[in-house]
Amino acid sequence: MRLLEFQAKELFGEYGINILPSRACTSIEEGREHAKDLGYPFVIKIQVPVGGRGKAGGIQICKSADEFELKFPQVMGLVIKGEKARAILLEKMADIKKELYLSLFLNRSKRCYTIIASSEGGVEIESVKNQIIKEVGLGDIPIDVARETSHEMGLQGKTADDFVDILQKLSKLTVEKEAELAEINPLAIMQDGSLVALDGKFVTDDNSNFRHDELQKYQEKSLVEERAEKSGFSLVELDGDIAVVGNGAGLVMSTLDMLSDNGGKPACFLDVGGGATTESVYEALTLISKMSRVKGILVNLYGGIVKTTVVAEAFIMAYKDGVIDLPVFSRLKGAESEKAREMLQDSRTKIYDSVEEAINAAAMGVKN
Amino acid sequence: MFGLLRGNQGDSDYEKKGVIVQGITGTYGSLHTKNMIKYGTNIVAGVTPGKGGQKFDGIPIYDTVKEAVDATNAKISIVFVPAKFFLGAAKDALESGIKLLVAIPEHIPVRDTMHALEIAKQNNATVIGPNTPGIMIPELIKIGIMPASPFKSGKIALLSKSGTLLYEIADSLTSAGFGQTITIGIGGDPINGTRLIDAFEMVKDSPDVEGIVVVGEIGGDSEEMLAQRIIDSGFKKPTVAYIAGRAAPKEKRMGHAGAIVMGTYGSAESKVSMFNKANVPVAKRPAEVPVLLAGKMVKSD
Repeated sequence: MRLLEFQAKELFGEYGINILPSRACTSIEEGREHAKDLGYPFVIKIQVPVGGRGKAGGIQICKSADEFELKFPQVMGLVIKGEKARAILLEKMADIKKELYLSLFLNRSKRCYTIIASSEGGVEIESVKNQIIKEVGLGDIPIDVARETSHEMGLQGKTADDFVDILQKLSKLTVEKEAELAEINPLAIMQDGSLVALDGKFVTDDNSNFRHDELQKYQEKSLVEERAEKSGFSLVELDGDIAVVGNGAGLVMSTLDMLSDNGGKPACFLDVGGGATTESVYEALTLISKMSRVKGILVNLYGGIVKTTVVAEAFIMAYKDGVIDLPVFSRLKGAESEKAREMLQDSRTKIYDSVEEAINAAAMGVKN
Repeated sequence: MFGLLRGNQGDSDYEKKGVIVQGITGTYGSLHTKNMIKYGTNIVAGVTPGKGGQKFDGIPIYDTVKEAVDATNAKISIVFVPAKFFLGAAKDALESGIKLLVAIPEHIPVRDTMHALEIAKQNNATVIGPNTPGIMIPELIKIGIMPASPFKSGKIALLSKSGTLLYEIADSLTSAGFGQTITIGIGGDPINGTRLIDAFEMVKDSPDVEGIVVVGEIGGDSEEMLAQRIIDSGFKKPTVAYIAGRAAPKEKRMGHAGAIVMGTYGSAESKVSMFNKANVPVAKRPAEVPVLLAGKMVKSD
């Protein structure tokens, strides 16, 4: 899962990484209380699980209560890359001398954690110059490696000591929580030379969730997503109007690509898993029926072992039970497809020979 | 890899290599054991702790891989245990002489996979997966969960991160007259025991391989590394790629644990542009793969 900034900072705090005084809230009433505690001036920062919020106006300085009353609702109402505010973080202002970059990430091809550090931080990682990259194995980062990194960045005195300390703490946090990415950007040098984490990004391995009860409070799932997970499906909600369902992540992604190429707008990515049964397809249709923006359903199933008649059965049941009242454009590859087609002759589900035909029909059908 | 799967001509077990199934009594394990036997795979033993001494369809079950290996001398194992138990099962296999471990389970924590790969390295063994449909030499041996019908024996090596796309593209290749020498499922996890580049090294010099099809997807840099290797080694056999996930939003996991774009790391654009540099055409749709391959095959004649 991907933690929000204030959640990442909570973990930083627990592990002894310096952060500024801050408070998170979800309403302006709560915010007013926090404002009293913190005192002006402070910064308000939108909490969304995507980058680029600064450019979108999601970070604002508040020097007075008047400014706070004006800016809080503006920031709270922003939608950034389709993401609404989960919370607003109020944070004290910092007197910064310089901004550094520091991250630890799981290097997939090298199969180890890797440090990326730079003395020129504060911009997105793609634009960070003079990157120092070090592969560091699977365990905690040894002190000599931390010192070497600090030295290569040209840090001195208290700043160098702080950096070595923070890198080791970040490494301990990353290893213990089984994170894929821990990023501090910017890592700010204050006027007195000390270091403070001004922002935080933390992504953990979902497959290790069962070992981390302490992280479950950060889990954010919509009701539909929760139900999908219970059924063993993978679901990603998107903002278009054609629900895309299939079996196997690669196949569904591929269907999404082709639909987009044809001008269709996917409403979701729904992978029912390697196999497909009457129950799983029925449940998938039920989930989709809960998404109000959906105007049509595109189904791409590669049967193999699965009988397509089994899937056809699910469509028939879903219409009969009134679960769905939407056109379904489907491509069912597998055994007994002739019979499946016969079964669906009088239904609103149309079966096509190729995925291209199903996609064209879906893109056209939903437009009209 | 061909040596491990097929053996050497003259060996008593040539083209009949013994395979152990870990988790043979589970729903999934038992179903696919039957399918593998039907395909002609020589399943010699099963392992389920606590069920040693029993039999499954006439196949002896052992409590540990060590006992199964002692009894059968098998070097290949396929694992069907739940994700939580994978590391233990892999350790048991790799420390008992298994040289090829095919890891089917999905949802294995990355840390467990990395530890299993450390053990594999120490024991000079190969891991395929996790989260893989498996590996097969069509019409000879199937160690995995793929349906039989899309595959046909031939001259193309097919390497894929995705399972159903592997079947889909094998199907379209077979229909177009391109049979497959070998198909390897890399797996959809962030960490792969056999990366695309490793699979490429396993097949590229085989005289039985006349062309390669790579099925990639967003996430990681396995495709970029492979493209770079193709450039550096001056590899000339016809190679075609397909990349899924062009339309996927950033920073969202698209079904596979590994299918996530972070910044530009793992993006489809990055992969496509590297393959283009390596003179490997990238299909826009699965159905386009055999068309591009046919074009390359003609040119190389």
